[in-house]
Amino acid sequence: MEKNVAVYLCRGCDIGGALDMDALKAVATGEFKIALCKEHDCLCGDAGRELIRQDVQSGVNSIVVAACSQRFMVDAFTFDGVLTTRVNLREQVVWTQEPGNEDTDMMARDYLRMGIVRAQKANVPEPFQVEVDRTVMVVGGGITGLTAALDAAATGSPVVLVEKEAELGGWMKKWAKGIPHGPSYREPQATDIADLVAQVQADDRIKVHTGALIEKIVGQPGQFDVTLKANGNSGEFRVGSIVQATGWKPYDASKLGHLGYGASPDVITNVQMEEMLAKGRLTRPSDGNAPKRIAFIQCAGSRDQNHLPYCSGVCCRVTLKQALMVRAMSPETEAYILYKDIRSPGQYEDFYKRAQEDPGIFFAKAEVTGVLNGGPALRVEADDSLLGGKIQLEADLVVLATGMVPRSADGEMIRKYVDAKRIVEKGEAGAQLEAARKTVEELSGLEGGEILQLAYRQGPDLPVLKYDFPDSHFICFPYESRRTGVYPAGCVRAPMDSQGSREDGSGAALKAIQVLEVTSKGEAMHPRWGDMSYPEFALQRCTQCKRCTEECPFGTINEDAKGTPQPNLSRCRRCGICMGACPERIISFKDYSPEIVGSMIKSVEIPEEFDEKPRLLCLLCENDAYPALDTAGLKRLKHSRWIRFIPVRCLGSVNIVWISDALSRGFDGILLLGCKSGDDYQCHFIKGSELMETRSKNIQEKLKQLALEEERVRLELLPIDQPEKLVEIVNAFAEQIEDIGMNPFKGF
Amino acid sequence: MSGNGKRGKILVVGGGISGLTAAIEAAEAGAEVVLVEKEAFLGGRVARSNLYFPKMCPPTCGLEINLRRVKTNPRIRVLTQATVERITGGPGAFKATLRKSPRFVNEKCTACGACVEVCPAERPNAFNLGLDSTRAVYLPFEMAYPARFVIDGDACLGAEKCGKCVEACAYGAIDLAMKPEMVEVEAAAVIWATGWDPPDASRFEGLGFGRYSNVINNVTMERLAAPSGPTKGKIQRPSDGRGLESIAFVQCAGSRDENYYKYCSGVCCLASLKQARYVREQFPEARIFVFYIDIRAPGRLEDFFVATKADDKLTLIKGKVARITEVPGTGGLTVEAEDTLSGLKVTQDVDMVVLATGMVPVGIGEAKVEGGIALDEHGFISIKQPLGGMFAAGVAKRPVDVAACNRDATGVALKALQHLSAE
Repeated sequence: MEKNVAVYLCRGCDIGGALDMDALKAVATGEFKIALCKEHDCLCGDAGRELIRQDVQSGVNSIVVAACSQRFMVDAFTFDGVLTTRVNLREQVVWTQEPGNEDTDMMARDYLRMGIVRAQKANVPEPFQVEVDRTVMVVGGGITGLTAALDAAATGSPVVLVEKEAELGGWMKKWAKGIPHGPSYREPQATDIADLVAQVQADDRIKVHTGALIEKIVGQPGQFDVTLKANGNSGEFRVGSIVQATGWKPYDASKLGHLGYGASPDVITNVQMEEMLAKGRLTRPSDGNAPKRIAFIQCAGSRDQNHLPYCSGVCCRVTLKQALMVRAMSPETEAYILYKDIRSPGQYEDFYKRAQEDPGIFFAKAEVTGVLNGGPALRVEADDSLLGGKIQLEADLVVLATGMVPRSADGEMIRKYVDAKRIVEKGEAGAQLEAARKTVEELSGLEGGEILQLAYRQGPDLPVLKYDFPDSHFICFPYESRRTGVYPAGCVRAPMDSQGSREDGSGAALKAIQVLEVTSKGEAMHPRWGDMSYPEFALQRCTQCKRCTEECPFGTINEDAKGTPQPNLSRCRRCGICMGACPERIISFKDYSPEIVGSMIKSVEIPEEFDEKPRLLCLLCENDAYPALDTAGLKRLKHSRWIRFIPVRCLGSVNIVWISDALSRGFDGILLLGCKSGDDYQCHFIKGSELMETRSKNIQEKLKQLALEEERVRLELLPIDQPEKLVEIVNAFAEQIEDIGMNPFKGF
Repeated sequence: MSGNGKRGKILVVGGGISGLTAAIEAAEAGAEVVLVEKEAFLGGRVARSNLYFPKMCPPTCGLEINLRRVKTNPRIRVLTQATVERITGGPGAFKATLRKSPRFVNEKCTACGACVEVCPAERPNAFNLGLDSTRAVYLPFEMAYPARFVIDGDACLGAEKCGKCVEACAYGAIDLAMKPEMVEVEAAAVIWATGWDPPDASRFEGLGFGRYSNVINNVTMERLAAPSGPTKGKIQRPSDGRGLESIAFVQCAGSRDENYYKYCSGVCCLASLKQARYVREQFPEARIFVFYIDIRAPGRLEDFFVATKADDKLTLIKGKVARITEVPGTGGLTVEAEDTLSGLKVTQDVDMVVLATGMVPVGIGEAKVEGGIALDEHGFISIKQPLGGMFAAGVAKRPVDVAACNRDATGVALKALQHLSAE
């Protein structure tokens, strides 16, 4: 469709009074020969919007709204089928610059130029739609998986439930009673796991495969083709999305020799204790007698840097439950609980209280130093944390409260292992072979550990975080998944109790349903929900450098044998990191591309060297730095008149061609503002700012080649809540560039 | 019709982090949602927090994304300054009557701020817990959504006596005659995400809150440390604005206590450890004392505890604080704790005390629900409800941190979705 651009200049909110509006209008009508350029006192008001609406009706399909920030009045300037380009004259110009000043006017004109260029070059995205299979596959038939399956089915979705064991029910099926999850929170509660299993089996929307292992999953959200081996037979079917509820395993107690495990059969784990309670008979394994004194050792191998550094969060309450059950079964038996901290949050405090009220349950804050097997009873030795000194406790039975280890697979490491193995198998000589051999040796333990078997270039399973949990790193977005359409839930995601597991199963099921709804419309999932643009690859110019496949945080792109990218667009989150990575600039979105942003940069007027008006370019993350800039505007914090800001989807989407083009055009300095990287990264696309840090090292090389000062390009990472800091960075950068002097390439 | 081939709406009560998440996740899954918030802005308690543990990242970062999801999703209707009066009907067919208080500022507001410049009246700034003040016409906070001004009806002098803002506004956005309205909403399911309030700590005997100005609570500490707060992020003593050489955090203030709140709020330990880090960043030499019963840092939050504990000027003292008294003339405080097990007494003089007070559930407030709502003995909304189609999410259900609220709210969104009827 032919582009029909119109420009609207708002005079409201101080804009009209501060700027030379005629000169601004001349940019549109003169420089760019835009026939339709209108001014209005309040564009966002009814009359202003009506003005635009009428033009849209008569054929305008790309509007430039020069008014306030793109973060405000979103609805007011959204018209069906029309590309809207916002030019921020309010927060970015008149609220932060001297009114009636030549430099302020130059700034406003530059922003308008950039806006018009975008309006001319960008296009309204057309959705990429695929046929979506609405089936949700749940992997794991424990409490999390059962809940996910039932909840997904209850919305009408077909469900496939895959369980590796012969029966459904997971760990919970083995427990006699659970922690109380409702009022009065005081007594161990019967579990309803059998009921859940029965419900799943009775639900004809749920197809259950037990004794099943996944052999392969190929595809993308809406179109995952699964090969399953169940009871010796392989079968194939298609699903739309996946909930991974593969649960946990107990920490290996054989590593807990220092707590007596292995030395005496009377030292058991909390899981063994559950089995005993389920049998309904308390016996000492060594002689079959009923124990009179049971010592529970909390944090056995947990909160311990030599074992599991984390807390499993449930063992305290499990011990409270076991102690109360023991006391109910055998009132003459005493329970001694040796703990670091009793962790019974929320209403579970009532449960703790209940146990404290029992005269046969004793609590001691202690660091257990050893469990000795001498004589008729075991001797537990501990340092008393409160009073100092030693505690010695005789016990017939010792129960180690061991923690939970996720049943996950480290997709990225498995990939590394497989790649290294391939090099070794090829056997070509060289340093690479040595390194590969070493990798194979180190990672051989991963062999055969795959769970989901995703046919993804970046590995067959979800990437894991610390301690092997394939969790989201975001507090705000617990189901942020680095593999779109695959959602971990329950104890594989984080240690949690059965109620938490249920809730997590429901949450993951919602995302599994949501991704199919969103994908069916060709929209992006969080955080760019609703975005219909997607990356297009001009593959005839691809050099198979594989940077896009490597750098995509979401594993969107596979490769063929030659290394040519094979995008799976339903996996894509539209961050543009691939676009930033591509040295050949062959990746573009309809409304965001190297060409569009590059042209915007080139449209900025660069004054001559002797005018002594430097020009700085700032590419900043639209998620955090840009809102901070808006807030600075709202607070009327003045920033340098030399700078020109362009928001980007993510700092990782910045293609370094923009930077070299800007420098060769005569920009004097370039500032890149992104989100925090590192362990506590805040980048919404996981590694955008980290990738930019790596790329900016290459930029420094480039600066050297051009004999330019390395200070001319600066990368800063800052959080959204620091507008003052942002302005400080901008102004300090401007001063520094003024000190260095003008870019010698100006005018060439 | 809504997406996903379903018909009907979900009513979400509360626009804090749990309500926002429930509303957005349900809407992105295809449901129509009405989100009701009693304040003039979305974000609730998290908007008033400085940083989240354990990442030490600002809540506005996630809020920005969530608000963008709200702004761009036509399936979400937001009603601010609105509360639920009553709900009748049953699952699949609830009828809610909402009371919407006047904002006195309409949709024409551009947030230009011309009104503030002429407003002569002041009000205590509720967003900053009354630690500073704003004009009667104000923007709730810098990143507030809706990004429109509000007029505090109690503080405003009114059209007859003043009316200057009406003249100053070039857009006709101010309407001082605005009246409360009643809004009727039909919904297939209701999610109560009403969150919590801090307790009135002046009730806690012996702890000196409300009596000694340098005894503050943890929510106040969040505002003191926030760059958008009354001190622009500078932590200082309320009595004299001085910095800190020492500070005590009193855990379980009014919590795990038979006399006040019997439950544990589950987040205060980590909140205090986080606040200890705020203190450390501003005062590298300050001594920090944490009086606790149990440090509750579940899951990988243990790492945060371990890392914070490594601070050699931070001392953990196991003991429940019995009494706080002021050292005459200095504004300093003496904290006395008793170890209930050992019977030993500990006293410590400090410059300032932060009471780690818990979360008191708001429940359903004044709303009348035909068929009733089940609460537990602490006032939290129970998981099992007499009416189908009624759910609680987040702290309305149990005291948990933000990550757990979001997890819960997402799951509850699915439960609500199940009550939409097939097309």
